[in-house]
Amino acid sequence: MMTKGHINKGAKNTYWGSIAEGIVSLWTGILLTLKHLFQALRFKREPIGVENKDYFSFDKGIVTLQYPHEAIPVPDNGRYRLHNEIDDCIVCDLCAKICPVNCIEIDAIKSTEEIGKTSDGSTKRIYAGTFDIDMAKCCYCGLCTTVCPTECLTMTKTYDYSELDIRNMVYHFTNLTPEQAEEKKKLYEEKQKEKAKPKSQEAAKPGVENTKEVGEKSSIKPAFKPTIKPPVSPPKSAEESNVKSEEISGTSESGEVKSEEKKVAKPVFKPVIKSPTSTPKPAEETGVKPEDKAGTLDSGEVKAEEKKAPKPVFKPVIKAPSSSPKPAEEGSEKPENTVEPSETGELKAEEKKTPKPIFKPVIKPPVPKAHQTGEEQADQENKENKAEEKNKGSEEPKSEEVKKPAKPIFKPVIKPKPKQEGEQGDQ
Amino acid sequence: MILIPVFLSIILVYTVFAVYAERKISGFIQDRYGPMEVGPYGILQTIADLIKLLIKEDIVPQSADRKLFIAAPAIIFSAIFAGYAVLPFAPGLEASRVSVGVFYLLAIISLDVIGLLMAGWGSNNKFSLYGAIRAVAQMISYEVPLSLSVLAVVMTCQSLDLQEISYQQSLWIGDYSKISDSNYLLGIESLGINITEVGGFLTWNIFRNPVLMLSFVVFFVASLAECNRAPFDIPEAESELVAGFHTEYTGFRFAILFLGEYAIMLLVSFLASILFLGSWNSPFPNMGFLRLADWTNGYPGTFSGIAWGTFWLISKAFSLIGLQMVIRWTYPRLRVDQLMFLCWKVLTPLALIIILISGFWRLMMN
Repeated sequence: MMTKGHINKGAKNTYWGSIAEGIVSLWTGILLTLKHLFQALRFKREPIGVENKDYFSFDKGIVTLQYPHEAIPVPDNGRYRLHNEIDDCIVCDLCAKICPVNCIEIDAIKSTEEIGKTSDGSTKRIYAGTFDIDMAKCCYCGLCTTVCPTECLTMTKTYDYSELDIRNMVYHFTNLTPEQAEEKKKLYEEKQKEKAKPKSQEAAKPGVENTKEVGEKSSIKPAFKPTIKPPVSPPKSAEESNVKSEEISGTSESGEVKSEEKKVAKPVFKPVIKSPTSTPKPAEETGVKPEDKAGTLDSGEVKAEEKKAPKPVFKPVIKAPSSSPKPAEEGSEKPENTVEPSETGELKAEEKKTPKPIFKPVIKPPVPKAHQTGEEQADQENKENKAEEKNKGSEEPKSEEVKKPAKPIFKPVIKPKPKQEGEQGDQ
Repeated sequence: MILIPVFLSIILVYTVFAVYAERKISGFIQDRYGPMEVGPYGILQTIADLIKLLIKEDIVPQSADRKLFIAAPAIIFSAIFAGYAVLPFAPGLEASRVSVGVFYLLAIISLDVIGLLMAGWGSNNKFSLYGAIRAVAQMISYEVPLSLSVLAVVMTCQSLDLQEISYQQSLWIGDYSKISDSNYLLGIESLGINITEVGGFLTWNIFRNPVLMLSFVVFFVASLAECNRAPFDIPEAESELVAGFHTEYTGFRFAILFLGEYAIMLLVSFLASILFLGSWNSPFPNMGFLRLADWTNGYPGTFSGIAWGTFWLISKAFSLIGLQMVIRWTYPRLRVDQLMFLCWKVLTPLALIIILISGFWRLMMN
């Protein structure tokens, strides 16, 4: 209805043509705005999400959403503020490791005994002295919730939580007071001192055992120690201790127990650490320096490395020392991972670990590795890694606990560990 | 004199709610709500804004011409407010019944231009000066078609007295008009249809002399330009000149300028209502036993006369203001050359033709 055919348009309009076109277009324009004016008085868009079948039916009237008073519902897969159900958290540190922006800070304190069970049956052996999530750094990728073995870390639908002070964006989830945390730390250190001697002896034995029984497992753990972060180690040790209590039935010897523990717990790292650190420095969980580790590793012997091997992550560090094996492994990493979880997996992990950037790529391939590692872990720690349990399926009592079949994939999470380990190693 | 504070308070209250209405209308046109938070449906938003405005620091730029800068808002507002003096709000209710009311009104509004130029020049700011120059060029240009369109009405009514013009459009033309004593359909006596007792919209000037419908359009367009309202807001052109001549004004002085802007909107709307749309007369005619005109008008001098008259005049003026607002949020700003084309090549010739025809039409009236 805008313009009629006989009206010339454009800059070369005639005098009367311009006037006619002006009148017609003015009239059209005001009808249009009046239409919107009156439609706005009668129609209004409802605050519904795109999943609602009526979503596209509100094509008239006011479109404004009066946000504080009404809001479009968050989809079920919405990823917003993180929440950690600390009672279900085993402080495995996976979330902190995989976090691409390092917004999760965990200070794990190993327990001298089993703390309790999570709601999914996993055994808790580590206290969270600190479990802070800095939502100001968070990039809402959701990786941490993906890797969480107990699904205690979730992304809620709360998205409106801005703060005037950015420091208030740090959320504290620990259920321990600083005093309590300090107390737990001392308890654990004392325990470690008691165990220090036996561990050193065991170190040799476990290595043998590992190679014999589960070469992968044993090898993995050693890797951790070198690179692995001191902080990580504590939790692991706690897990180990827990494992011990649990697994004791299987392994009577202290040395054996240790090796098992190491294998079982994701913390695997820690176990390794312990062996090195435990003898010389029981107290240094977090404080352990890379150099110290290296020293310990060296001293820790090949055995330790072998033990560590099971955890692919460690190896990266290890590899540095053992360069010769790596190259060969690298070429075959992916295939090995998929095909051979045990040995190749470890090697691969190491290779990957060496370059940090590689990590991400590695992560994907890790999935197979994860299974491998998962299997190993599952052997000892079935509870935590449900997926792992599934993979292994037949091994040990763990199968009982298998909680989350889907998670197995997560275990790839393990991959993140390798990254972290690698990072640590770099550090 | 009593009417001065009355008018002033009317203008203040009107401005507050006109700003609110404008924001609401613009919101609805754009499928939004407009203000919603302060008070129910945001009705107190403007009051909150006004309080904020009044507690702002009063800044006079260091390099500004202080005297001109300070005097400008007062001149602008007082020039516009002086125009209200001759407006007949109801039969028998006006501040001053001047026999040259229309002439006075157009003249006093023109002083507004001086205030704008003082503000723009005194600010010593290029945007202010550009805005002032554009405003002066625009307002002086549009005075021509504006005056010519009013002249057609004056010719039809044979009077410059706004109250006289109002009476001629009322049921009491015979009792109170000094010039005419009866109304005929379309103003043509030879048709023999006397509608003096019918009243309603049929006796409005745009029906007494149908050519005045075109004149009304010319007047309305020219008054938009006179008010510096969109689409003729090139003096303020936010996207080009920040805020034009009032760029440098803050706080109370800016509030005064803003008040003047809305006051002149109301003034030209009153003037259009009086000159073309029946002034304070009801739009409903008497039809047989339905004495709508009698029921919706009060006899001059009585309380109902004043109440009905005020009601109808203000209703008409507000309707026109609503139209101004819808237009503002519909049409894009004209370029300067388009502005001048419209004024000198379209509106002015049209107004001259209207005057010519009105002259002949007048000959057919009684």
